Parts: sequence; structure tokens; C-alpha cells
Amino acid sequence: MEIFWFLIIAVVLAMFFVLDGYDFGTGIIHLFFAKSEKDKEVIAKSAGLFWDSNEVWLVAAGGMLFMAFPTFYASVFSGFYLPLILVLWLIIFRAIGLEFRSQFNYQMWKDIWDKSFGVSSLLLALFFGIALGNIVRGVNLGGVKDGISTYEGHFFFLPLWNSNFSPLTEHPGVIDWFTIIIGLISVVTLAIHGANWVIIKTNSSINGKLKKVIFKLNCALLVLTIVSVICWQIVNPDALNNFVEKPYLLFFPLLYITGLTGLFFIHKFKKDSYGFVCSTLLIVGGISSSLASLFPILLPSVNDVNEPLSIYNTAASDYGLSVALGWGIIGFILLFVYMIVQKRIMGGKIDHMDYGH
Amino acid sequence: MEDMIFYDRLQFAFTITFHYIFPQLTMGLSLIIVFYKGLYLRKKVEKYNDAAKFLMKIFAINFTMGVITGIPMEFQFGTNWAKFSELTGGIIGQTLAMEGMFSFFLESSFLALFIFGEKLMGQKLHFLTGFLVFLGSWASGWFILATNAWMQHPVGYEILDNGKYVLENFSALFTNPWLLPAFLHNQLASVVTSSFVVASIGAFYILRQKNIEYGKLFLKTGVIFGLISSLLVAFPTGDWNAKNVAKYQPASFAAMEGIFETEEAGAEIVLVGQPNMVEKKLDNKIAVPNILSFLTYQDWDKQIVGMDHFEEDELPDNIPALYYSYHIMVGLGTIFIGIMGLAGFFLWRKKLYTIKPLLWIIMFLVPFPYIANITGWYVAELGRQPYLVYGLLKTVDGVSPTVSSGNTLFTLLGFVALYMLLGLLFLVLVGKAIHQGPKHQTH
Repeated sequence: MEIFWFLIIAVVLAMFFVLDGYDFGTGIIHLFFAKSEKDKEVIAKSAGLFWDSNEVWLVAAGGMLFMAFPTFYASVFSGFYLPLILVLWLIIFRAIGLEFRSQFNYQMWKDIWDKSFGVSSLLLALFFGIALGNIVRGVNLGGVKDGISTYEGHFFFLPLWNSNFSPLTEHPGVIDWFTIIIGLISVVTLAIHGANWVIIKTNSSINGKLKKVIFKLNCALLVLTIVSVICWQIVNPDALNNFVEKPYLLFFPLLYITGLTGLFFIHKFKKDSYGFVCSTLLIVGGISSSLASLFPILLPSVNDVNEPLSIYNTAASDYGLSVALGWGIIGFILLFVYMIVQKRIMGGKIDHMDYGH
Repeated sequence: MEDMIFYDRLQFAFTITFHYIFPQLTMGLSLIIVFYKGLYLRKKVEKYNDAAKFLMKIFAINFTMGVITGIPMEFQFGTNWAKFSELTGGIIGQTLAMEGMFSFFLESSFLALFIFGEKLMGQKLHFLTGFLVFLGSWASGWFILATNAWMQHPVGYEILDNGKYVLENFSALFTNPWLLPAFLHNQLASVVTSSFVVASIGAFYILRQKNIEYGKLFLKTGVIFGLISSLLVAFPTGDWNAKNVAKYQPASFAAMEGIFETEEAGAEIVLVGQPNMVEKKLDNKIAVPNILSFLTYQDWDKQIVGMDHFEEDELPDNIPALYYSYHIMVGLGTIFIGIMGLAGFFLWRKKLYTIKPLLWIIMFLVPFPYIANITGWYVAELGRQPYLVYGLLKTVDGVSPTVSSGNTLFTLLGFVALYMLLGLLFLVLVGKAIHQGPKHQTH
């Protein structure tokens, strides 16, 4: 039952990063590449129409994590207190930017909210990558100092950084050179994803240019990916053991590699949506590979005193999990119905879509 | 220890108060929108469709604000109340996860369709999307109230040796005797807020001599919905809730009614007075004898226990705030019935649109249903103190063990600053939508 819920939450989380990922990416593209007012408007709209239904996936993932793995939820949310609150603030700033930019036809007003949308999207992409880096690196569970826990073994509190930004100490911070690399991967991946979204959803004048941008970003991503795997080995020598022991898990990195390879052929694709499929593979492959490398652990411990948090020592009762599986299935069926209805009515390019039209 | 959790409590109180400005409007407003959309389907008068679409604009602004201020609420269970989340997540996680699954997805999917899809799908389907938005927003209320009902009156649980609460009976969460009255009271109160808002916009248009046709429609709808919901909020739902508090949380009941000493026979109802916590009495009290006993038990002479009956650590820790919240809520509720009753009378006599003083009053009444709703929640939350889960888990034992109060103060200050900006922008946007009026079409 724990495994079921682990899989469900992993899928919901991946959905969140695929869906909200494109509007984070759209923000990054908007920040660096949208020049004319017409492009700015339509690119912001391609995120603005959808961000709130995408962010619901984050709320759903949070709720399910709370229900299925309450100890993990409690530990991680309080342990990453400051970065999480910063994420909340960025989410709010981004939403304000999207919702408010077109309310007044006044250039300075639009510029302010465009920047707010772009910069918060960029930082959110970076932060979500850093978060993933923290999860695979592990934290000082129990706040161990000189071999003695400061808190109960499953609680911790991470500073934003330690003095030398190194992941190799007993007290790693949220930001260090390893998590920064993962953060950059996240920014580049989501920028590619966002560019693909802009291409399929709008007729902006920069669509042609964006394909070149995707190609360049993809080269950078290849380099970053290789660097990150090497660094990951240094930070956690056991990182890839799961893949050696259970070779079928290699399916997940394969998704990532497929997406990465595919995007080098972005200029040759007959349909724009192929590019979006490739960047979706990147995101799904990246997240699932990270989770598969840890499984069944959810959060490794960097000390030997306290056990890592796993799906088994943080889960709710079996009864609760099985009841929830019942309503969960009903909920997901309903959800797919909504998505199909929405897709049928609101598919296609959005340039001319407006209130009541 | 109390000081350690002061900022956590303040941050939660501040963020939830700000958040609840928005859902209380959207829940009630969705009902009125569905009402207009239904009228349009039956009578085919364009005015009703314009009214529904206009209100949906205001709904959408509030919905967005509700989403972006709602995400911090869910996060705070984990960030600031980690021990509480760890211990009770197996139970309240159920209802909170169900809210995401059954209500947010529904609401957000169909809101987008309602706003952008009218021309793409025809009128009947458009009505249906509006109805689904209404259903989603009320389902959200249901799950949040189910969560809160469990904290007020825990049922269907078992406590393990390690202190964790595990679910023993899922359906008990929804048959909790606390839930139905609280849900109905809360939803009707949100109809009060939205109908007062609609009536106020109507009064504004009439006084301003602009969009008068819509002004009359909004005023009429607002007064009718407002009068009915104000009555139902007080009786039977308010009464039912008060009886539940008396039954399950007698210490909170004594504190909110301001009964310091247990009387031999029937208890008086306090109308005015200031709690004096040093001398344990009410200053400047105006009270009517025996009424409280009658209202609570339909027996003039039934004894009601006062605060002297309870140990200090079982009583709510902020009695004056609880007492004032309750009296403000009840007082405002009574005033609402009076004003809407008067407006309803003149509406019936077909004079309402010409009585300017009353229109001015209705226009400026807008903040008060918000205050009544929020103080109502304060009654529930302050009344539950010193517990998070009534009778079982104290608030001081639910806080995150690793987050220092310095960090919490830092984030609290950030939230205050950010929400000030958010509030300002919100007012500008709603003001703009009202200024443009129902006839306006964006291109």
C-alpha cells in the first residue's frame, strides 16, 4: 500500500512539473526572448490562462503527501522552512504578474509585472531544482552534532547555506555547489519546455528563433547532465546502486536520454508537438530517475545516527491508505474526464481567445 | 513555552484571516451566478446573462486571490505545525487531500471553461460549467469544515503508543455531529457576504445613475438572498451550532457567552459588557435574565456552568478575544436581519429604489458581513484553545520543533508586506470591474 501511494504521488508530482513546468518555462522565455509588446502579451497569456489549474497539482501533491506520509510531510516542510516560504512568495509574485499585467494599458505597469512574472518563474525553476538536489543529497536528520541528535531523529532544520557551500560536510545547507548544478538543470529543462509550449500554443514572431534557442539550451543541458552525474557520485557514492541492483529501473534514465537526444532534432520535427513531448520526457525522466535512485528511501540521512526517511517509516496506517486509494481512483477518473473536456474545448492556439469569445 | 508559539499562531491567524476574505465571497457568489444563468436559460433575457458574466469576473479575481493565499495555508501545516501534522496527518490529511482531488480540480477546470468557453459550447453547457464551479467551491467548504470538525470534536480515530492518531472509521469523519451544522452555518454566512456585495454594487449603480437597469437587478437579488440567508444563518443553523458548543465544549461556551460564575438556576444572556480578567467579572454589563438557558435548552431555569467550574488550563487562553468575537458576530447578524428586513419590506412595496438613505446604508454595509464571517471563525478557533484537537492535543504541542521563532517572525513580516500589496491590487481590480460594469466587453 505504501508503494501504491508512493507511485501515485510521484505521478502527481511529475504532472505538476510537466504542467506548471511549462508556465515556469514560459516565464523564463518571456524574460529573455520576448521583445515586442505583441509577443510579450501572447506569451504571458499562454501561461496566464492555465497557471492556476496547473498549480492545483501542487496543492493535490501536498495534500496527498500529508495524508499518505505525514511524518515525511512534517519533517520536510519544517526542515526546509525558509526555502519553502520563499517559494510561496515567489508563487504569489508570479501569479500577480500574470494576472495583473494586462489590466491597465500603461507601459510601465506592464513592464513591472512582466519582470515579476519572468524573474519569479526563473527563481522558482532554480529553487525546485535545488529542492530535488537536496532530496537526493540527503540532510542532517535529527540535527546531529558530535554524534548526538538535537531533535527527534526524523526532524531537521537546514540553513540556506553553510560557510563553504559544500555538500560534503556533516551540516549541508540548502544551497551548495551540487544543488546549484541540479537547480541549473531544472532552469534549462523548464526553459526548453516553456519554449516548446510557446511554439505550440501561440503564433508569436519568435517561434522560429525559439527552436534555435532550444537547440543551444539542449547542448548546455547535455554538459550539465554529465557534470551532475559525476558530482552525484562524489556526493553520494551509493547513488547509482539501485540501478545496478534493479536494472529495470534504467527505464527512467532512458526516458530522459530519449528526450535529450530527440531535442537535438528539433529543426527536423514535422509537428511542433514532438518537441513538447521530448521536453516532457526530460522532466518525467529526470524526476522519476531521481526518485528511483533513492527508492524506497524518501530522504537520505548524511549521518549514521539517524535512519533515513523511507516510505515505510513515514507512512500513515494501512487502513487510511486503502480507504484513500478508493476515493483516489474515483477522483482520478473524474479528473481525466475534466481534462478531456477542457482539452476538447480549449485546445489549439490561444492568440485570439478572450473573455466570452 | 507560550512565547515560542506566539509568532506561529499570529502568522496562521493573519494568513488565514486574509485568505478567508476570498472564499467566503466565491462560495456564495457562485450560487448567485448559477441563479442568473438559470434565469437566462428560462427567460432568455440578455440582462441575466450579462449579470452572470459580470459577477463571474468578480468571482475570477477572488478565486485567483483565494488560490494564491490558499497555498500558504496548506504549506503552513507542515512548515509551522509539523508535530501536529505528523501526529494527525493520517486523519486530517484524508479530508485535505480530498479537497484537492474533488474540489480544486473541478473548480479550476470549469472556471476556465466558464470564462473563456461560452461561445465555444452553447448556453446549456455554459450553465452546466457554472454549476460545476459552484459545486466545486461548496465541496471545498465541505472538506475544510470536515477537517475543522474533527479538530473541534475528534471522532473515528485511535491513538497509538507513539502518540500518533490513526484513522479507524473513515465515514465517521463525515457523520461527525459537529460537521453538518457548522457547514450549513458557514455556507449560509458566505451567501450573506456575497448577497450583500451584490446588493451594494446594485445600490452603487442606482445612486450613481449608471447601469441603472443592472443596479435594480443586483439590489433586488442581493436583498432577497441577503434577507433569506441572514435569517437562516441565525436560525436554525447558528442556534444549532451554539447548542453543539454547549454540549461538546462547555468551557468555550461559558467563555464566549461571558458567564464567569455559575448561577443556581437559569443563566442570563449578556448583550453588552467588557470581560475583566483580573476580577473575573463583566464590567458595565447589560443582560437579560434566563434567556440563555431558554435558548440553549428550551428551559428557563436550566443551569449553565460558568467559567468558575473549569480548571484554568482547560479554559480558552484568550477569553476577551473569544467573547468579543462572538458578540460582534451575533450583533452584526442581528443588524443584518434588521436592515435586510427593512429593505425587503420596501422592495415589496416597490419603493426601495427611491429611498436614498437606505441605499447609502446598503452600499456601505459591505465590510460588515466579512467581519461577521471572520469573527465567526475566530469564535470556533479561539474557543477550541488551548487545544488543537479538542481535549487531546494542546496547541503548544503541535508546533514545529525545529523552526525558531526568529525565523517565524521573519516570514510573518514578509507575509504582512506581501499581503498588503496583494490587498491593494485586489481592491484596484475589483474597483475597475465594478466601474466598467456589466455591459462592458473586453476585446
